[in-house]
Amino acid sequence: MTAGPLRRHTFVVYVEDKPGVLNRVASLFRRRAFNIESLTVGHSETPEASRMTIVVRTDAIGARRLEANLYKLVNVVRVQDITVGPAVFRELAMVKVTATAETRTHVMQLVDVFRARVVDVAPDAVVIETTGTEDKIDGFVEVLRPYGILELVRTGRVGMMRGARSVMIDPDPTEPFAPDPREDDGRSDDADEPGEGDDPNISYSV
Amino acid sequence: MAAMRTGAQIIWEALVREGVTTVFGYPGGAILPAYDALLEYPVRHVLVRHEQGATHMADGFARASGQVGVAIATSGPGATNMVTGIATAMLDSSPLLCITGQVGSRLIGSDAFQETDVTGVTLPITKHNYLVSDVDEIAPTIHEALYVARSGRPGPVLIDVTKDAQQATTELDWNPRDVKLPGYRPDLRASDAVYRRAARLINGAKRPVILAGHGVLLAGASAQVRELAERADIPIAMTLLGIGGVPARHPLNMGMMGMHGEAWVNAAIQEADLLLALGMRFDDRVTGNVRTYAPNARKIHVDIDPAEFHKNVRVDVALAGDLSAVLDDLGPLVETGDRRAWRTAIADMKGDVAVRDIQNLPDSGHLYAAHVIHDIWRMTGGRAIVVTDVGQHQMWEAQYYHHDEPRTLITSGGLGTMGFALPAAVGAKLARPDAEVWVVAGDGGFQMTMAELATIAQEKIKINVAVINNGYLGMVRQWQEFFYERRYAATPLLSPDFAKLAECFGLRGETVRTRAEVEPAVERARGDERTVVIDFQVEQEDTVYPMVPAGADLHDMIRRPSPAPIVETARDA
Repeated sequence: MTAGPLRRHTFVVYVEDKPGVLNRVASLFRRRAFNIESLTVGHSETPEASRMTIVVRTDAIGARRLEANLYKLVNVVRVQDITVGPAVFRELAMVKVTATAETRTHVMQLVDVFRARVVDVAPDAVVIETTGTEDKIDGFVEVLRPYGILELVRTGRVGMMRGARSVMIDPDPTEPFAPDPREDDGRSDDADEPGEGDDPNISYSV
Repeated sequence: MAAMRTGAQIIWEALVREGVTTVFGYPGGAILPAYDALLEYPVRHVLVRHEQGATHMADGFARASGQVGVAIATSGPGATNMVTGIATAMLDSSPLLCITGQVGSRLIGSDAFQETDVTGVTLPITKHNYLVSDVDEIAPTIHEALYVARSGRPGPVLIDVTKDAQQATTELDWNPRDVKLPGYRPDLRASDAVYRRAARLINGAKRPVILAGHGVLLAGASAQVRELAERADIPIAMTLLGIGGVPARHPLNMGMMGMHGEAWVNAAIQEADLLLALGMRFDDRVTGNVRTYAPNARKIHVDIDPAEFHKNVRVDVALAGDLSAVLDDLGPLVETGDRRAWRTAIADMKGDVAVRDIQNLPDSGHLYAAHVIHDIWRMTGGRAIVVTDVGQHQMWEAQYYHHDEPRTLITSGGLGTMGFALPAAVGAKLARPDAEVWVVAGDGGFQMTMAELATIAQEKIKINVAVINNGYLGMVRQWQEFFYERRYAATPLLSPDFAKLAECFGLRGETVRTRAEVEPAVERARGDERTVVIDFQVEQEDTVYPMVPAGADLHDMIRRPSPAPIVETARDA
């Protein structure tokens, strides 16, 4: 069933570091017909738990059902939809761009403007690393495109709540198992407003 | 100094220490070490004829007893044959432990003989599963798996044990560590505020209905549900799997809701101003079209699984927790009620339903399935455990066998698995040896797993089997009649002589063609120490009424035709 508009929800999911857990999580999304926009997984502050950041497009009820379904996986330790509170989101991208003697200077200027970093230089190409919100990276990619992008890789979104609270130790005090859509306050919109968390002096529009 | 044991021995030792007495299984290469060790342990092993049968037997055992049922099989085809039984248990929240052999750990991934990725295959149809290749992990995994299977919302759990882990030896120090599952939360409790909101809605309701589901049985909350209903004066409707949770004869119990529930029961739900859903999940078979479902009702949903909230029907209060614990806390907040006006209104909704009922019409000489079920109910005093298959006979059972005790109707509800009845009845009988067990199956479903008659003969199990034989895949034929212009594609069914079939397994069989023969045949079957198969050759194109067509509004039922074609005096009701 549906309730309200589809929005981008970002979940932080701590899972036990055991074989096959990624498969269980991915399989859940497939089985319940949720569409993953991005999924990242890696180590966390706890040695026995891995941390996933999962971005899903769904409505408010879907987000809460997803949370409840994730908790049904025995190896899932903690789930939080960090979309609703103030949070910081980042993505890392590496771009391999053609850079001949004529264009190299222009490319380097763009790298400066976007506070990106060149991590490899070859006679006719450079590899650039950049970190930021999806919007910033979208913008950067667009301005590089005319020079000839040879390869592009993006990590997908990772995220963290602002402030001192820890998802693992001090989770959201609301009742995660008793979702009530009528308490939905409309804050579950994508917190990824343009420029959020980035240097306010730089515009990324293209 | 702890004793040395092989992994195979540890499997049985762990099961025995966990209280397992009976397992259902089938040997094969990758599970052979475990089978070799079986001879040393006090476990009754029931040799099935197909691994699907083993899972249904374990499921029937679990549903009849409330304990975890255990099934065992080899790798590859042995394990994949279990898939239907595991999915059946998953959809109906039945606690099952399946142990499968796996090829040696060094062969995994090599497409070795009888290798299948069993944990991969069963991932979406188990509550949890494990691949164990370390002998030291066998005992703790069995301990944990049994805990996961029976706690929270019960379900099937599978352990795939590699052959080398079964063969390896280790010191068995039986001291099952506490289950350490940091994210597993089987014991949720909602806040007091949620309870208060629920109680406010109940106390303010003028036309409430309790929807009692399988959770009432699983939580052992029958007495509490009855007490709540009586005190607040709230009528009860049951889901198919909720049958038995409240006695059929209880005056507040209206009976089954949904697709083949009585029209007035569904009408009461549609007219209600509050639905109190207890351990049920608003399946499409009980709601019909969700957009027009109980439009004027506030809804309180009590379930142990929060993922059920708002899944099919949006509710006003979602109360997570074990139903028994929830009712302990909710009960005192609910005021004594007198909802006579609502009960009277419901009684008016019944209208002429009794007149249309097949039981109240004169005998036409034809044999109808409803008669057979009714007579079995009457002669067993309503106290038998009835295990049904899936189809028309299943709905007639639900309508005409009136269950007064929990766990006396065992049926595949969620998955609708044909072939379930016969093996599940074997499990039920072994769980409750003193109970009278009846199978009610159609001629289609019975033929799917009738090889288990050999298991019954070998294990000397006494049950009774009523084959409701109408020469069709009856429920599919009914849909074809209603929705496909009576084009009976692949539904006419030629069957063997079931009575002779039973005889050649060393069991007893008979054939019944008229109403007059029903009672003596049932009596003979009850008195026989062997399993008896009765082939009831009933009216061929009979129809289950009433019916909500799939996806139609719940109040828009196809009623029984009037006057109905048959008869029966009311004296034997």
